[in-house]
Amino acid sequence: MNEITGNEIIHQYLRHNKKFPHVLCPGCGHGIVLGTLIRSIHSLNIPKDDVVIVAGIGCSGRLAVYVDFNTVHTTHGRALSFATGIKMANPKLNVITIMGDGDALSIGGNHLIHAARRNIGVTALILNNNIYGMTGGQSSPATPMGATTMTNPFGQLDKSFDTVELARGAGANYVARGTTFHVKKLEKVLTDAIERPGFSVVEAITPCHTQYGRKNKYKTPVDMYKWMKKAAIPVDRYNELSEAEKEDRLAIGVFVERDQPGFEERYFDLKAKLQAQEEKGGK
Amino acid sequence: MKKHKGKSKVTVYPDWCKGCGICVEFCPSKVLDLTDQGKAVVAREEDCIRCGFCELHCPDFAIIVKDKEPVEADNPTKIAAKKNATGKGA
Repeated sequence: MNEITGNEIIHQYLRHNKKFPHVLCPGCGHGIVLGTLIRSIHSLNIPKDDVVIVAGIGCSGRLAVYVDFNTVHTTHGRALSFATGIKMANPKLNVITIMGDGDALSIGGNHLIHAARRNIGVTALILNNNIYGMTGGQSSPATPMGATTMTNPFGQLDKSFDTVELARGAGANYVARGTTFHVKKLEKVLTDAIERPGFSVVEAITPCHTQYGRKNKYKTPVDMYKWMKKAAIPVDRYNELSEAEKEDRLAIGVFVERDQPGFEERYFDLKAKLQAQEEKGGK
Repeated sequence: MKKHKGKSKVTVYPDWCKGCGICVEFCPSKVLDLTDQGKAVVAREEDCIRCGFCELHCPDFAIIVKDKEPVEADNPTKIAAKKNATGKGA
C-alpha cells in the first residue's frame, strides 16, 4: 500500500528548491527522458552520491539542474571531456552525460568520436530533437533533409547525421536508440547502457514542437508523438524492409553490443603492471 | 488490465501541468480531459485501467496513479474512524 511507484519515485530525486514546473516547453520530450533516466537509476539501486550527471549547453543542459545527483553543467559540447576527467579521477562513479544533438554531434562531435574510440566508461545520452531549440531554431546536424527550419526556410539541403552509425564506426561498446513515445524500451536500453562497462551511446528521439514541429506540419505537440508512434519500428524488423520503405521509418532498439574493456580498466591494469615491474627491478 | 479497472486513484497537480495534452490524447479509456485553462483534469477516474501511460509520458511529472484506499471501498466507517484517530493524534 505504501509502496512508492511511478512519478513519486521521480519526485524523490528532484531538487525541490529549484523552480517547478521546469523551463521546458509544453509537450517537450526532455522531461520524459529525465523521468526515464531517474527510473533506470532507481531500478539499478545506485545511491544518489555515486551518480554524476554531466550536461552540456542547450535545452538538454537544463536537465542536470533539476536532479539531486552530483551534477555538472559544463560548456557547450564539452560534456564528454569533463566526464572523462571525472571518470578517471574516480572510476567507481557512474558518469552519465546528457547532450543535445547539436551539443554532441556538432560542437562536441570531436569529443564524441574520440570518447567512443577510447571506450571510456561513460554513458552518453544524446537527446535528439532535430534542431537547436534554445537559440531559436537553427538547423542542427540532425535536422532531416528537406525539413524547414529558421535558417533553412526552403528546406534543409544537407543530409543528417546518423548517430548510431557514427558511434558504431567510432567504436562504442553499446549503441541504442529509443524514442520518448516508447518509454519502457528507452528505460531498458538506458539501464543496460549504465550497467555496461565501456562507452555506451543512447540516442533518445525527443520532439521539439516549438521550434521544429510548428514549421514542419505538426500542429500540436501530440502530432509529434503520433509521428513517433507511427515511424518507430524495432531494428530487426527495420532491416527486413526495402530501401524505399526505410525512408520514413525510424529504427529503435539495440544496435551494437560489444564487450571490450573500458579505458579506465586498461589504464589501471597498465599502472599495476608497471608498479609490479618497478618493485621487481628495485629488488 | 481489466482487473485493475476502477481500483486506481489518478491525481493531476495543476501547478505542474502545462497542458500539452499528451495524457488526454493517448489515454486508452479517456480518463482525462483538458480544461479551458489548458490543464489536464481527471474526469472519469472509474474507467482507469492502470496502463500507466499518462504517468510515464507526463513531461512535467504532474500525474500520479496510485491504488485507491482498499478499506474505503470495503468499510467506509472504518476509514472515517481511522481518520478521526490520526486527527486527534496530530
